[in-house]
Amino acid sequence: MASATGGARPWLLGCAVLAIALGPLSASAQTTEPIKIGVIGEESSVAGASLTKAAAMAADEINAHGGVNGRQVQVITYDDHSSAADAVRAFQRAVSQDKVVAVIASYISEVVLAIEPWSARLHMPFITPGAASNLISKAVHDDYDHFKYTFHGWLTSAFIAQAICDYAKDELVGPFQMKTAVVMSEDAAWTTPLDERYLECLPKAGLKVLDHIRFNPDTADFTPIFHQIEDAHPDVIITGISHVGVQPTVQWHDQQVPIPMVGQSSQATTSTFWKDTNGAAEGVITDTAAAADVALTPLTIPFTQAYVKKYGATPAYDGYTAYDMVYIITEAIQRAEGSTDPDKLVTALAATDHVGTIGREQFYGRDNQFTHALKYGPGLVTTVAIQWQNGKQMCVWPTDKANAKISFPSFIKLHASAN
Amino acid sequence: MRAVQILVDGFAISSLYGLAAVGFTLIFGVSGVLNLAHGGIMVVAALVGWLAAGELGLGTYVGTLVGVAAGLVTAYATYLVVVRPIQRSRAIRPEETEIFVLTGTLLWGIMIQVGMAYLFTDNPVTIRPLIFGVVNIFGVRTPTNEIMIAALSWAAIGLLWLLVNRTRTGKALLGASMNPRGVTLLGYELTQLHLVAWTIYGVLAGIAGVLLASFLGVSTSNAGQLTASAFSIVVLGGLGSVSGSLIAAYVVGYLETATAYLIAPTLRPIPSLILLVLAVYVRPQGFLGRR
Repeated sequence: MASATGGARPWLLGCAVLAIALGPLSASAQTTEPIKIGVIGEESSVAGASLTKAAAMAADEINAHGGVNGRQVQVITYDDHSSAADAVRAFQRAVSQDKVVAVIASYISEVVLAIEPWSARLHMPFITPGAASNLISKAVHDDYDHFKYTFHGWLTSAFIAQAICDYAKDELVGPFQMKTAVVMSEDAAWTTPLDERYLECLPKAGLKVLDHIRFNPDTADFTPIFHQIEDAHPDVIITGISHVGVQPTVQWHDQQVPIPMVGQSSQATTSTFWKDTNGAAEGVITDTAAAADVALTPLTIPFTQAYVKKYGATPAYDGYTAYDMVYIITEAIQRAEGSTDPDKLVTALAATDHVGTIGREQFYGRDNQFTHALKYGPGLVTTVAIQWQNGKQMCVWPTDKANAKISFPSFIKLHASAN
Repeated sequence: MRAVQILVDGFAISSLYGLAAVGFTLIFGVSGVLNLAHGGIMVVAALVGWLAAGELGLGTYVGTLVGVAAGLVTAYATYLVVVRPIQRSRAIRPEETEIFVLTGTLLWGIMIQVGMAYLFTDNPVTIRPLIFGVVNIFGVRTPTNEIMIAALSWAAIGLLWLLVNRTRTGKALLGASMNPRGVTLLGYELTQLHLVAWTIYGVLAGIAGVLLASFLGVSTSNAGQLTASAFSIVVLGGLGSVSGSLIAAYVVGYLETATAYLIAPTLRPIPSLILLVLAVYVRPQGFLGRR
């Protein structure tokens, strides 16, 4: 970092005087300057790379339609290498050096929780399109005036678990008469509240939880875990995995573990997962933001197709949300009458009512325990469940959106059908 | 039942550990090099094998060969670009060469890892197994591929044994590990022998990388872990001792598997690390080490 040495001070003073003198001039020039949005992603992971690509696409589209009040939108991307320290540095740089008006960052809860206090300190509006931990919105709720700059542009873990329970009740307990489950989650910030809600809502949905396994995300050999699960004889494995995905799926398939895997498997949400697993994904069911061929809103299919055309694969779940968040920020700026003042922007963002690619997007208010997190529910965002079938992601829930029936590979032994 | 599971599951992973560690210990024995880019070389073999087998559509067999070749090329690069220039440098004092080689290979390994993550992402990849299906061994459902991996590992180790004990070059290699000066006096070119050792190492590390990709899956972020496990196995077995490394590979493999089954999968690597620390206190030369 440069320090203001004695010799540099007169120079700095000169600049300051000049800046004051030119102040009115630069203010009038500012109206045509681009609106800069910082986007921090994880370029070497599937989900983290998807969010930066999708955000850039949204900016290109907005610019092609004339920008925001005549101003272009410029997305500046940063790679945090999946490291919270790198992400915080990128955030600081975005604010102090690149002068962004808002930041969209990361799908990793640990990273987002590290950025959140900086968003508060630097008064910088900040939205995560993919992290899930309940703690993100809890901080906003508990100390609103301080943390109000943070928005949670994806569902909290509690709602993801709830969506999976709702889905399990409709599609597993009903048609397949499943009665028991084992919860298998990676040990991470986002799965703590996820598992909490699983343990609460699965029994209500009709699935008795026989065992609850949390494993280290560094795990390479899942054989012992699958054996432990099999010993409990559940009807279904309910997953909470994001940092891992390929390895448990391939080993589940190669070892022919006879129990279906259903739940949240973030890596399985993008189309590259089929190739990464050599087709071992067949039969895997995961919750996700949207499915490629299902029109959750009129925007879902056009966005997915444009993304596939540009990048050769479907967006991961956070690609959909990152795309929507760029629109949400620009609309908020319009509502704030072109102002990018952080406090005005926060007020405008809090009033968001945007039909995006995954549903109608609104944020919870100050009174809700999930302040500034995306609202979950019918008519808003409910997520979809997709199943990998013959290399394609087919939508199997909600029932009115489904374009396929559930079918499991031959090594799966369905207890209900055996009875 | 649990015991049989541990026996069966531990065998394949231990064989693979053995295969990966044997080459590692061989180059230490012959040329005194601890190659901390080891995991990086395995990862390159796995990723290139996956690319050739799946993305380029060459199929599992050709893909496997391409992967092993990539491992060999990376091993050569490690030797020729990093290790040999350091060994020959006059700017580095002879007593400091080893620490420079250690640092050089460590940095090289990080460069490989980051470069591969840039090209391939850090998402794990898996190579389609050579054989599909499962067989029942004493009531334990075991993928046929797992049995084949153990068999292939042992075939490669067996070939290495034949090479070392039954051929002239092999005997010269053995000699170089015991007394480099003596071998030179017999008219062998030491650099040639080092190149032979690195060739064997590259092939073994390449095979181990590709097999690991078809067994558990490999990602660039595994590189450090793979180096660490080979390193601890080799130290435990006795630096430079091939048989010691094989024994240590099974000790570590079974200790890990038993921990995963009997205590918790999360604690898997801990007991073998404790064992390593104990070994360094009680028997620093390792199981069968000479120095």
